[in-house]
Amino acid sequence: MSSPVMPTSRKGESAPPPAAISAVGLRKSFGDKTVLDGIDLHIPTGSVFALLGPNGAGKTTAVKILSTLITADAGELRVGGHDVAAEPQAVRAAIGVTGQFSAVDGLITGEENMLLMADLQHLPKQEGRRVAAELLERFDLTDAAKKPASTYSGGMKRRLDLAMTLVGDPRIIFLDEPTTGLDPRSRHNMWQIIRELLADGVTVFLTTQYLEEADELADRIAVLNNGKIAAEGSAEELKRLIPGGHIRLRFTDPAAYQTAVATLSVANRDDEALALRIPSDGSQRELRSLLDWLDSVGVEADELSVHTPDLDDVFFALTGDTDQHKEAAR
Amino acid sequence: MSALSLVVRDSNTMLRRNLLHARRYPSLTLNLLLTPVMMLLLFVYIFGDVLSAGIGGGGADRSEYIAYIVPGILLMTIGSTVIGAAVSVSTDMSEGIIARFRTMAIHRGSVLIGHVVGSVLQVLFSLILVGAVAALIGFRSTDATALEWLAAFGLLALFALALTWIAVGMGLASPNAEAASNMAMPLILLPLISSAFIPADTMPGWFQPIAEYQPFTPAIETLRGLLLGTEIGNNGWLAIAWCVGLSALGYFWSKSLFNRDPR
Repeated sequence: MSSPVMPTSRKGESAPPPAAISAVGLRKSFGDKTVLDGIDLHIPTGSVFALLGPNGAGKTTAVKILSTLITADAGELRVGGHDVAAEPQAVRAAIGVTGQFSAVDGLITGEENMLLMADLQHLPKQEGRRVAAELLERFDLTDAAKKPASTYSGGMKRRLDLAMTLVGDPRIIFLDEPTTGLDPRSRHNMWQIIRELLADGVTVFLTTQYLEEADELADRIAVLNNGKIAAEGSAEELKRLIPGGHIRLRFTDPAAYQTAVATLSVANRDDEALALRIPSDGSQRELRSLLDWLDSVGVEADELSVHTPDLDDVFFALTGDTDQHKEAAR
Repeated sequence: MSALSLVVRDSNTMLRRNLLHARRYPSLTLNLLLTPVMMLLLFVYIFGDVLSAGIGGGGADRSEYIAYIVPGILLMTIGSTVIGAAVSVSTDMSEGIIARFRTMAIHRGSVLIGHVVGSVLQVLFSLILVGAVAALIGFRSTDATALEWLAAFGLLALFALALTWIAVGMGLASPNAEAASNMAMPLILLPLISSAFIPADTMPGWFQPIAEYQPFTPAIETLRGLLLGTEIGNNGWLAIAWCVGLSALGYFWSKSLFNRDPR
């Protein structure tokens, strides 16, 4: 990272970098359903922050509020140095938003979408054309530029969406589930694009339900569950919250799996893969006692593997009080 | 950039976007044109012989009936075309791009202003086409002066503006395009129960108030007066009052709907 806008984060341990996004006591309910129940965030300029959580955890609501799309019920919110409630236009001038559902105009071409953004960013005609052409090139959309955006594939739409967001050269970017629904190749492309943004010193607020994505990209990760931040820290810090990894038992026979589920109440289940996870530090001693126990209760798995802790474990440990894991584990 | 130039610039950008949509996908506009043209032909060539007998104390011929119904058909064209505005606003609001606009530092109302100006321009375009069909089958103004033509044009534009704001409100209030289309349906049905096709005083007595106290009748009577030299009376002021009232109502209604947190 070599950008003039973020010298403090590299040099001084003394002065913490100024927050690009901060929230204190953010609350939001829809009717009597509380979606965000008092959330505090502090995202330093030039960093990537990932808000991680299962579907319906309130990630999108948080993005909508911080990007001025909807209003919060309570909370002191600042984005780009401006109060979100008092100066929404100043906040809008500082941010770019790429939502979960593609925010492109499907009726017009990719190029027309880009020029529309250039006009709305009040760029002079010449410069608008140049910026649009450059971004289309950078996002590998030049060939499709003259085609209606509605004919684009999911990955192309997402790239166009992000390209449109970048027309105004925003310093703070909200990416709401930028890779949901993309194939693995498109996902890796998107990750590469996000890394390039970081190299420019842009602050990125990312939401995702993929732990791997947060692990890949984010400096800091917060796990959102039931409207509250269940844990926050770097990927390493979060992994340290969990003392050990887990042992995974996989079955091929559904009946045997069901018996095991009934017997091993401590395990997290993955019904689709017919697999169970049992918390464990992976030591020889624990492994032996587990095997003895499995023998004594008559459970025989077709495959047993030992996993050292990863973010999945953190996630399950933090959000594993209900049966939401299946969704969260994608 | 000053506040005013921001409004003008952003609204102009939004207008260009809407006109691009209309040009790229003209089927909606053209479909909506069919209704008034069909009505014109239907009433003149199929019902015309019987209906004309009741106009002007009886014994009017077909060309007189054409003259009688064209002002109503022109206003019906407005009602029909603005249904397109309700549908396109409703469709637009369900698109992610509107959420993007809301998070950009642009003039907030420009999205709606773009729709309104675009719709009024489409209405004027439709009026020219329908007017051309009317002229083709024999409609002639009797003795309208240039000033009266100008006033007629102004009235049509004002009426278009008023109905467009109402239609935009309907589009914003509807969850989807079908609902918007249904909600805007009265805008094309109202002319049928006005003095567009037969004089209000030939209708049953209990029904006459319904025909008289609605926006289309005074506008139609005023247009007839301007183009055909009939008595306008206080219909001119009534028509203008309806237009101003409906514009204001539609404007404030649309504004409050648009400023709500999006769904």
